Amino acid sequence: MAKILNVRNLEKSYTSGTKKLQVLYDINFEVEAQKTFAIVGPSGSGKTTLLGLCAGLDRPDSGSIHLCNEELGKLSEDENAVLRNQKVGFIFQNFQLLPSLTALENIAVPLELQGDKGATRIGKELLEKVGLSNRAHHYPSQLSGGEQQRVALARAFSNRPSILFADEPTGNLDSETGEKVVSLLFELNKEAGTTLIIVTHDLELAKKTQQILRLKGGRIVENEKTW
Amino acid sequence: MVNKNKRPHKHSAKAGLGWLFKMAWRDGKASKKKLGLFMASIILGIAAVVSIQSFGVNLKDNIGLKSKALMGADYKIEIDELPNEKTQQIIDSLGGADSREIKFVSMGAFNSTEATRLVEVRGIESGFPFYGALETRPAAAAETFRKKEGALVDATLMLQLGIETGDSIKIGKLQLPVIGKLDAVPGGATLFSSIAPPVLIPYPSIQETDLIQTGSRIGYKYYFKDANTDLERLDRELKPVLDLENANLRTHISTSERLGKRYQNFGKFLNLVAFIALLLGCVGIASAINIYIKEKQSAIAVLKCLGASKKQTFLIYLIQVAIMGLIGGVFGTALGLVLQQIFPWLLEGLLPVDVQPTISWQVIFMGISLGIFMSLLFALYPLIGTLYISPLQALRVQLKENVKSRKAIFLVSLAIFLFIFLFSLWLLENWKYSLAFVWGILITFAILAGIAKLFMQLIKRFFPKNWGFLARQSLLNLFRPQNQTITLILAIGVGTFLISTLYFSKDLLLAQTSVESQANSPNMILLDVQTEQKQAVAETVKNSNLPVLNNIPIVTMRVHSINGKTNMEIKKDSSSQINNWILDHEFRVTYRDSLTHSESLVSGEFIAEANDADPVPISISDNFARDAKVALGDEVVFNIQGLLKNTVVKSIRQVDWSQMQINFSLVFPKGILEKAPQFHVITTKVPNEIASAKLQQSLVKEFPNVSIIDLRQVLSVIEKLLDKISWIINFMAFFSILTGIIVLLGAIRISKFQRIRENVLLRTLGAQNHQIFKIVALEYLFLGLLGAFSGVFLSLISSQLLAALVFETAFTPSLFPFLVVLPGVTLLVLIIGISNSLEIIRKPPLEILRKEV
Repeated sequence: MAKILNVRNLEKSYTSGTKKLQVLYDINFEVEAQKTFAIVGPSGSGKTTLLGLCAGLDRPDSGSIHLCNEELGKLSEDENAVLRNQKVGFIFQNFQLLPSLTALENIAVPLELQGDKGATRIGKELLEKVGLSNRAHHYPSQLSGGEQQRVALARAFSNRPSILFADEPTGNLDSETGEKVVSLLFELNKEAGTTLIIVTHDLELAKKTQQILRLKGGRIVENEKTW
Repeated sequence: MVNKNKRPHKHSAKAGLGWLFKMAWRDGKASKKKLGLFMASIILGIAAVVSIQSFGVNLKDNIGLKSKALMGADYKIEIDELPNEKTQQIIDSLGGADSREIKFVSMGAFNSTEATRLVEVRGIESGFPFYGALETRPAAAAETFRKKEGALVDATLMLQLGIETGDSIKIGKLQLPVIGKLDAVPGGATLFSSIAPPVLIPYPSIQETDLIQTGSRIGYKYYFKDANTDLERLDRELKPVLDLENANLRTHISTSERLGKRYQNFGKFLNLVAFIALLLGCVGIASAINIYIKEKQSAIAVLKCLGASKKQTFLIYLIQVAIMGLIGGVFGTALGLVLQQIFPWLLEGLLPVDVQPTISWQVIFMGISLGIFMSLLFALYPLIGTLYISPLQALRVQLKENVKSRKAIFLVSLAIFLFIFLFSLWLLENWKYSLAFVWGILITFAILAGIAKLFMQLIKRFFPKNWGFLARQSLLNLFRPQNQTITLILAIGVGTFLISTLYFSKDLLLAQTSVESQANSPNMILLDVQTEQKQAVAETVKNSNLPVLNNIPIVTMRVHSINGKTNMEIKKDSSSQINNWILDHEFRVTYRDSLTHSESLVSGEFIAEANDADPVPISISDNFARDAKVALGDEVVFNIQGLLKNTVVKSIRQVDWSQMQINFSLVFPKGILEKAPQFHVITTKVPNEIASAKLQQSLVKEFPNVSIIDLRQVLSVIEKLLDKISWIINFMAFFSILTGIIVLLGAIRISKFQRIRENVLLRTLGAQNHQIFKIVALEYLFLGLLGAFSGVFLSLISSQLLAALVFETAFTPSLFPFLVVLPGVTLLVLIIGISNSLEIIRKPPLEILRKEV
């Protein structure tokens, strides 16, 4: 099967004052299209940094990342943005809805960026799918945490991405709401045939994916297929 | 396998300008309260600039439109002696004057009240004014007075002295009934007429006053009515010829242009004050947008995650700011156009024409574009920050502060200063002044910002750890994250600085003109005393138990040649740098054997006496030396009423012209001019108004030709003028203060959520309402005090510098800025700060939290 993400010899460090802090060491892995994939590890193991690099939000010190057949290192910042807009979806731990936009407007933004005239119609359909059609014109501050994350799910799928990055999608939710959001996420993912990459330290959630990558101290300690 | 339904991926963002506007609108809609306040600060600044600018344009237009009515004729020839043959020929060649006038300054005595007053006597032939009208009460008096029926007296003077129509006025030997009140006369100079108010008498009656004598300062005017004359050609061709004959041609166009320019200069100054208010508003905008963008950081990061480019996110906020500037510009312009209606009222009595406010499209365009441009320019610096926000911030990755490009910061700063420079250049039309203005602004802002920073650092370094919790907490608030301390101190400081400097400068000006404080300074000047009257007048003064302080002989003369080149030759020489006034002026010269206390020798030797020396060793003032381009040893020939006298410059004096006493450009030694036709100036000091009135009455009765100037009256006119000017400057400075208040309001609103969170936390920990109130009150007290004190302190320094460098006088600051401005501004800041925080203090914390989130 085709590889949608291919990471080779990836290294990343940050400078804090005069100190250099190595976050990732020699990371190598690949993800097949339409699979579900989890990156797990304790706090500070480099999970979120790795996610940011894979999504083209940051640049590595060395190594290469191929995402959707594009080598990210060779793209400019704006080309990266276009790639994200057309092929990538995001779900964040703290939902990250735009506070000045309504639920419907938030979902429509990625499509509007593509110049899609049907953005609002697709947005409404997605809102219905996540069961929030009655909340279309509410602002994020008027929604509960669970509702906000469902809007974020709808937004993540609105541009029909090839790959979806989810950063601790249940981290800010209680377990019951979290479970509901997770089942909705997997349901939508299956329906759209999207590759799903989840960063989490929730092992139960990780076990629901087809492959788990374990990180510790910035190094891969295990890369196993679960089913 | 990659999803096949995808559109091919192109490396360009497809969302167009429409989407950017849509996003700007959506985002702005949710933040309209915050943006509204930013807009208010630009509205005030624009209103200040537009009101002044529009009023200036209106005034200029009105002067232009009414230029004929202002002069009363198409053109006139003025001369301060009877026209010579050549001048008379020119007048005749123009078809002869259509109306004539003879005028001089003299004492008028009103028989009913025994009051006397220096007046400007104008004998006017029928016909004048050809345009505009003599405004009199009753209206018919404007015509009847010419038929030798009586005099028209300035309405204000009649009111002051309690004179009624039907009383009589005595001028010299002429006695006439007062047949009307004079409200306005074309060509009336407003300021001078307060010192010597006009009295109109029939032209043939002038001779009957018996005051037309040699040595008296008489003005002759010849008015022409000829709407078809090419005035520009006349100005070009005839003026130089008349200049050579010491006559002056003035057309209604050149007069109104000159008048317009004079008021334009005052307008320029006010414009700068208004521009400062606008700059303050812009500093407010920059600071508010800075915080606004900081709040939007995570939203911008998310947008970038979703695929928006750097340019797109930047443009969304740039569009918001431009729209804000546009709305601010429109409202500010509208407010400015309304406010300009106040200026004629504020400047009443200082303007040459009634100003009918009209709408100038040029000003409207300027106001609106200034609104957009200034907002964009000052928002650019914080907006550049959006370019450097990483999408990674949407994830939980902690990054250090976004670093902006140094090049971008430099370019923005350069653009801002260039704009301030160009705008002030447009206002002032002089690059040196504009540069000085930019430097002045830069230094003032830098000092104020420096004081604020220093204060914050001092608090950090020497934090009063032993103070109570409330005081400590309020101090901490001054350097909380996203604090507005520097912006607020800048806004409050500049406003206070402007108002205090105004008061201090007024003190300086008044100190300059004050005569009351100087024990031996004269406060009454008797002019035109003839040689044969000199003893008798001095006796009259002494008989009233008053001292004769000076008895100064005066001989009038003109420059005939300088270093062998005659007046005419110099005038024709285009390379000559000699100032024209030197060649045209009728100099009033004295002779004495010593320097006065307002003079000091700069170079050479002051010759006390020179009997029949040729050339005569004279002393000249430094400004005469500069303008006539003469130095020690140079020769000047004077025409002393027909007789040429050779002189040589033997000394140059520095003269303190600001001293209220009789000063001279040219001083002859004793022994030369004693026999020349001359008159005398006698000065005395009167203790009060009663003594002044008594002396004036007895002098006018005995010596009708003697003019009396009561300096205290002149002073009160100057004081009134300064009061009027300070009113309007106060009015403009008020805009700065008001802008400061808006910035303050904005600052409070913007940090509201942060404050609420803190207060909720404090309350949870057990703080009571009154404790939170005290923290807030103390914080604004510190801010207000520091801002106002910085402003007053800075203005004290600048006024000291002004006193030392410009006015060259000792400066005793008035207490007004300390006793009124400082506590007033502090109190204002305190009240606004507290009243806007009341909601945060009073309401249950959770209710507010829900509302604000």
